[in-house]
Amino acid sequence: MALRLLSRSLTALLVESSSVIQPRTFSVSAVAAAIQKMTRVRVVDNSSLGNTPYHRAPKVIHVYTKNGVGKVGDRVLLAIKGQKKKALIVGHKMPGARMNPRFDSNNVVLIEDNGNPTGTRIKVPLPTHLRKVEGEDYSKVLAIASSFV
Amino acid sequence: MAACAKGLDKCMFSLRLLRNLRLQNERFISTSLGRLAPKEPSKFTPPPKPVVIDKTQTVASLRKFLSPEFIPPRQRTDPFKFAIERKDMIRRRKVLNIPEFYAGCILAVTMADPNASGKINRFVGICIQRGGKGLGATFVLRNIIDNQGVEICYELYSPRVQKIDVLKFEKRLDDNLMYLRDALTEYSTVDPDMKPVPYSSTDEVPVNKMKVRMRPKPWSKRWERPKFNIQGIRFDLSLTPEKMEHAQKWAQPWREYDMLKEYETSKLEEEILSEVQLEMSK
Repeated sequence: MALRLLSRSLTALLVESSSVIQPRTFSVSAVAAAIQKMTRVRVVDNSSLGNTPYHRAPKVIHVYTKNGVGKVGDRVLLAIKGQKKKALIVGHKMPGARMNPRFDSNNVVLIEDNGNPTGTRIKVPLPTHLRKVEGEDYSKVLAIASSFV
Repeated sequence: MAACAKGLDKCMFSLRLLRNLRLQNERFISTSLGRLAPKEPSKFTPPPKPVVIDKTQTVASLRKFLSPEFIPPRQRTDPFKFAIERKDMIRRRKVLNIPEFYAGCILAVTMADPNASGKINRFVGICIQRGGKGLGATFVLRNIIDNQGVEICYELYSPRVQKIDVLKFEKRLDDNLMYLRDALTEYSTVDPDMKPVPYSSTDEVPVNKMKVRMRPKPWSKRWERPKFNIQGIRFDLSLTPEKMEHAQKWAQPWREYDMLKEYETSKLEEEILSEVQLEMSK
């Protein structure tokens, strides 16, 4: 799975962008899917589970969407420190809609089964369109956020 | 004796005064007809400097700038489509002032956001890329907030954009600064409360010749390859000369002689620039 991903990214790098006349513009190929199984994520709240060092990075093992692709506002299942924990995606490296922020790291906030956050503070800026995610009530997560982008 | 001397003195003084007055009067009457009252000779005041209102300087010496999204791409579409798109772009520009800016300028954009507090969202960042043609033109601003790199791709002509301010006006050595993602974070950090630096609209665009230090490899793209033609990175700190030579294997020296890939836009630019200036002044 990892090898396939690696080869896909290599071919994406080597393939020439279509009929470019001016050599200065070049297509920055986006990641194929934002957050999927086996992505390593960064936990951004101040929970002890997310911040204590471990010899393996937290990885996504399941994405709770119809397709296996997770965007901002989707729930995922993480494997952290040998345990399973649910989390909420609050930012990814893949460019999304125009006018929405794109982050330099795949950020995730640890969450309980009922949607309550495990930590008490989020230092990293959160995207504002997280408020509009339908269905789930993430008001507690938004309450512990310190800044929005 | 003293009294009559004083009296004589007074007489002499008054006589002298009268004589002076007469003389002065004559002098003044001879030189300037309108002046009857005597005046003491005024200090020399140099003539006032002539105020030159050089009307020719206002338009001609202003930097000629046509926003790159006006130039139509080389396509098999009817030029009428680009003409009506340009009309719509000019209509939007009459409402919102879109200033002249390049990749490397520091901009502050306020946009309407239904999800943000106060419905308004302000973002300050360095422009790393300007892309798209016509009404879909975009620019990407990058900044580092709370140790987290954030990039937002704004559409220039979107009605959600309320204000675009140029806080620092400068160019860089490259048109596309995507390599800032792999550079050290100090090069992408912009203070959100930065005060706008005043700039002139007549001089040439100042070029910031800084060369950026990169994080250790691997980078998101192989920026040393000649297809990117990046001037603004200090490759000597990250790569050995052997690696730089190896990167030259991907050079395509025949491309500059490829006539089919040429796209001359100078004449088109002039026409479109005159058209846009005419429409904007209406």
